[in-house]
Amino acid sequence: MQSMRVHLLFFASYRDLAGTAEMELDVPDDATAATVVERLRARGGTLARLPASPVVAVNREYAALSTPLRAGDELAFLPPVAGG
Amino acid sequence: MKAWITRERIAPEDVLRLVGDPGDGASVLFLGHVRDHNDGRPVTGLSYDAYAEMAGPLLAQIVAEAAETLGTHRIAAVHRIGDLDVGEVSVAIAVSSPHRAHAFEACRQVIDEIKRRLPVWKEEHYADGPARWLGQVPAGEDSGE
Repeated sequence: MQSMRVHLLFFASYRDLAGTAEMELDVPDDATAATVVERLRARGGTLARLPASPVVAVNREYAALSTPLRAGDELAFLPPVAGG
Repeated sequence: MKAWITRERIAPEDVLRLVGDPGDGASVLFLGHVRDHNDGRPVTGLSYDAYAEMAGPLLAQIVAEAAETLGTHRIAAVHRIGDLDVGEVSVAIAVSSPHRAHAFEACRQVIDEIKRRLPVWKEEHYADGPARWLGQVPAGEDSGE
């Protein structure tokens, strides 16, 4: 299985969990957003507290966790929004 | 139509000036402010974080949807991010239309959709303890599967 690299973004409370605003991650080339969530939660530490089904955006649009990823995609983890 | 995210102080009269037309009989201006309390705790200020690359286009889309629904294209909306003091304006929405009902309704739709969809987060700073992000991961969410 080939692997590919995706670009991850973390905001607000999820940035605190990740300890960083962004991260590069290598995943299998059939990975979905859900695959990345599982990888991150399995890392342990505070990232284990990432919800199993967080809201995500792929390439700056809301997306389902079942969305297949492509090399270079931007996957953002979005906590419950609190604008206004 | 105009929609943008800014780190600058919002001047409400400038936002209002972006709408209006000789055929419009009503203008509505909504302002969101930083409140000095939340959940019974004294708040000294807010820090807004945003996924700016997504929030900009999405705010424009929210405004376009309201324009489509309510039939007026004279809508302007701005959301401020960064550090804000109590009383400062965090969001401003201006709408004008021939009759007031559509102006009120468009304004309401835009702020409701901002609250529902715009990737913006606020961290509250308190007089009596450490800051915290609103909408944080609920306790127990990490209990595993």
